[in-house]
Amino acid sequence: MTTFLGMPAGGGNLTGEPFPQAAREALGNAQLRRNLAKATGTIRAKRANVVGELPDWAQLRAAGAAIKDDVLANLDEYLLRFEEALTSRGTHVHWARDAEEANRIVTDLVRATGTREVIKVKSMATVEIGLNEALADIGVHAVETDLAELIVQLGKDKSSHILVPAIHRNRSEIRDIFRREMPGVDPGLTDDPRALAEAARRHLRHKFMTVDVAISGANFGVAETGSLVVVESEGNGRMCLTLPRTLISVVGIEKLVPRWQDLEVFLQLLPRSSTGERMNPYTSVWTGPTEGQTSHVVLVDNGRTATLADPDGRAALRCIRCSACLNSCPVYERTGGHAYGSTYPGPIGAVLSPQLTGVDRNPTLPFASSLCGVCYDVCPVAIDIPSMLVHLRERVVSAKRATPESTAMRALAWAMSDARRWRRLVRLGKFGRLASRHVPLPGWSTARDLPQPPKETFRDWWESSR
Amino acid sequence: MRVALFVTCLVDGLFPDVGKATVRLLERLGHEVVVPPAQTCCGQMHINTGYPGQALPVIRNHVEAFEHADVIVAPSGSCAGSVRHQHADVARKHGDAKLAEAAADTAKRTYELSEFLVDVLGVTDVGAYFPHRVTYHPTCHSLRVLKVGDRPLRLLRAVEGIDLVELPAADTCCGFGGTFALKNSDTSTAMLGDKMSAVLSTKAGVLTAGDSSCLMHIGGGLSRLRSGVRPLHLAQILEHTR
Amino acid sequence: MSARDEVLARVRRAKVSGSGSGAAAPVPREYRAAGTRGPGDLELFAERLRDYRAEVRVVDADEVPTAVAAALRERGARHIVTAPGIPPEWTAGWAAEQARAASAAERAAAEQVAAAAAEQAAPQVGEQVAAAAHEQAARGAERAAARSGTAELSDPIGRIESRVPLGGDAREALREMLEAADAVVTGCHVAVAETGTIVLDHDAADQGPRALTLVPDYHLVVVRAGQVVAGVPDAVAALAGVRTQTWISGPSATSDIELERVEGVHGPRTLEVVIVRDTQ
Ligand code: SF4
Repeated sequence: MTTFLGMPAGGGNLTGEPFPQAAREALGNAQLRRNLAKATGTIRAKRANVVGELPDWAQLRAAGAAIKDDVLANLDEYLLRFEEALTSRGTHVHWARDAEEANRIVTDLVRATGTREVIKVKSMATVEIGLNEALADIGVHAVETDLAELIVQLGKDKSSHILVPAIHRNRSEIRDIFRREMPGVDPGLTDDPRALAEAARRHLRHKFMTVDVAISGANFGVAETGSLVVVESEGNGRMCLTLPRTLISVVGIEKLVPRWQDLEVFLQLLPRSSTGERMNPYTSVWTGPTEGQTSHVVLVDNGRTATLADPDGRAALRCIRCSACLNSCPVYERTGGHAYGSTYPGPIGAVLSPQLTGVDRNPTLPFASSLCGVCYDVCPVAIDIPSMLVHLRERVVSAKRATPESTAMRALAWAMSDARRWRRLVRLGKFGRLASRHVPLPGWSTARDLPQPPKETFRDWWESSR
Repeated sequence: MRVALFVTCLVDGLFPDVGKATVRLLERLGHEVVVPPAQTCCGQMHINTGYPGQALPVIRNHVEAFEHADVIVAPSGSCAGSVRHQHADVARKHGDAKLAEAAADTAKRTYELSEFLVDVLGVTDVGAYFPHRVTYHPTCHSLRVLKVGDRPLRLLRAVEGIDLVELPAADTCCGFGGTFALKNSDTSTAMLGDKMSAVLSTKAGVLTAGDSSCLMHIGGGLSRLRSGVRPLHLAQILEHTR
Repeated sequence: MSARDEVLARVRRAKVSGSGSGAAAPVPREYRAAGTRGPGDLELFAERLRDYRAEVRVVDADEVPTAVAAALRERGARHIVTAPGIPPEWTAGWAAEQARAASAAERAAAEQVAAAAAEQAAPQVGEQVAAAAHEQAARGAERAAARSGTAELSDPIGRIESRVPLGGDAREALREMLEAADAVVTGCHVAVAETGTIVLDHDAADQGPRALTLVPDYHLVVVRAGQVVAGVPDAVAALAGVRTQTWISGPSATSDIELERVEGVHGPRTLEVVIVRDTQ
């Protein structure tokens, strides 16, 4: 069994090295640890603050989860409604089974415009499918216009966070990247974030005014109206959505909401959960081609239907990519995003990536969590990530033949299902006293002493004392 | 009240003093304690490591062991959490509706120690005396699965002579996570390191928590550092008198 | 099978395989719904805007021209664009100021010419030239006053443009015009007190097409009290059916460097809001 019920898996940038090894390397990077601790600490406090401000947060969260569940339960109908609303207004709708097909559609559309360059609004879906690489293959340069994406692109680096892809970089590293890679940059550029933002503004201004094809994602697509919504901060999204003659939007099929009204929930949940603001600086809504533009929407599956097929895993498709679970996760905070090897890191990545690719291609991610549960608490659409991780662990285990671990587990379970057998085993622990002092437990004993088994178990004490 | 103690496998085999403290505390408060003999383990390790099918007979054993208990108390947020939030689900997912129903019933009668003291018995001052500097780590499953809130702290604050100091970043996981500590030991160790520095920064001589598993983890690290900080279960502090 | 049919078939297959196919539980909407919280609190709105470091002025209706003029003066705006349908009185104050400045400048220039001529020429001739120059300066000031407030002045001082070119072929012209402008003045469709948000409807004449409010570095919005609603649900309700919208909450910003907020990236770096109190 790979994906659920043999549903076709997704491709693209969703797999990497096994998590434990990748994490080990990342954990040794002191600079990364400091950068992440600082950044996630800041954002956690901000989020807690603005979430605490709303007296009806719990109700909004319940509504958000229910709306997304409605979308997932009736996805075919909503997709058709969305398509109909879009085409009736003149937007061209394309469908893609997987990453490769999505890339082919977009590259064909771009090629037809004759442009050598496209400007891009930050979009995880396009990172997931590897669109920039596909465009490069046909000789088209994709200019990332989100500041963090630009930092990643100029630094020939990889995204490590779904909201702030360059979160692993601090200001002086960013200054160095800009000095090295940004054409015409002031060689005296300082590491003041203001100066860095200004440098990006200058660098991109000309692109905004001249490049005539833009590629975006969408945070939401409204099935009822065919409206697309992009939530952003810098104004690069507005630039890309407004000025070029051709706009191509790559949208995962799970991004829909049924009704216009539903945005009243998500436009409260998303900004407070993601950047910790009451509202993000800019949200663009457009319904059909606007102001003389040609508009395309590419609806992408790439493993989403495989995720949908698993009733215990499908809630991962509720995700609105706010990144609160990443920012709150003690594992993510220490390893950073690259260790997850996927476009989607952190807790949501650990449940989404293996479902998109099939667990056989991501067998370590479901175990990359201590199940502390903080991700579930902060998730604005109440995805029970810990339970889903546990469920996916089962899928990983049952996809394998017997292993030494499964044999040991079986023996232990056999003992634990009967008190007499179990007590005999526990009493053996007494003989383990000597062993535990001298035989290290792999992993554990590198940093922790093992407890000394007691002379007498509790049960033996209980029986002897009563 | 007649209280059935679910002592948990870890306490039974490795930390019997925690079980003894729980018994003495409940008896001191005037309640009868019984230890149903058929009990073993909640099966959480199997469930959380990907072997819920194997956990099924363990769950069945647990449900049967406590079939006749009015209230079940466990000195562990994690094990109580598994009983309350996993058992019925696992049974249902594996097609055993009858067991699921029975497990849901067991869940309703199961309490973590601090919940039982505060909510069922309605006490916060249990008459304990403990003249030491103590810091409290609210373990993840107590905090987020059972949502025990500040109940353990209310109990601790009422202890005579105690010097209770706040643990910085208290609600951050210590990195134990069952087999996580073995499968991802580097990440687990990094989390442990931060938890230990938080503990050491308080200058407390005693670290307490409601879960022996997390205490074993943090305590194992503190012992490796020869830090001199003593890990003690909440029950062991509450049991202590003049 | 086409990709479309195949994706739809997969969705249907996934639904059947899962337990929860078809009816999901009804959406519980127990949060503070639209229309349940009364009108938006202007003070809260102003405070929330200031939190984003937007500039805010709260004025009575008859003070709008002065407030707009003051804002633009303090900004040092020389060449502004406006949405075509804004009430002309919003910018009338600023236009008059600019006209006075323009006429003063023209007069000064003419006087200089006259003085120079007077120095060179014979006394009588000089006086005549000076008188002619004065007259010319006065006419220039009148012309300037007459012209400001209307569209398309070539005068580089106090230029207002409100006739915004539209459509694909006009794109270049629009870009050029907007890049030359250093301020834009618009109205809005609705505003949210709780979040300090202003929403533009780009099909409305007093709000203009999207690029208008995007390219100039300074955006001045006039918000009438009646447009301010309490919360996001109220705004979403007010925006039903509006095709093209931009929600603006403070100036452009980024948190991409160490998650610290920096104002001003690609969008306007300064947002200024004139809130007009209800005066009945
Ligand atoms: S899983 Fe939840 S918390 Fe994490 S990114 Fe998605 S919506 Fe946000």
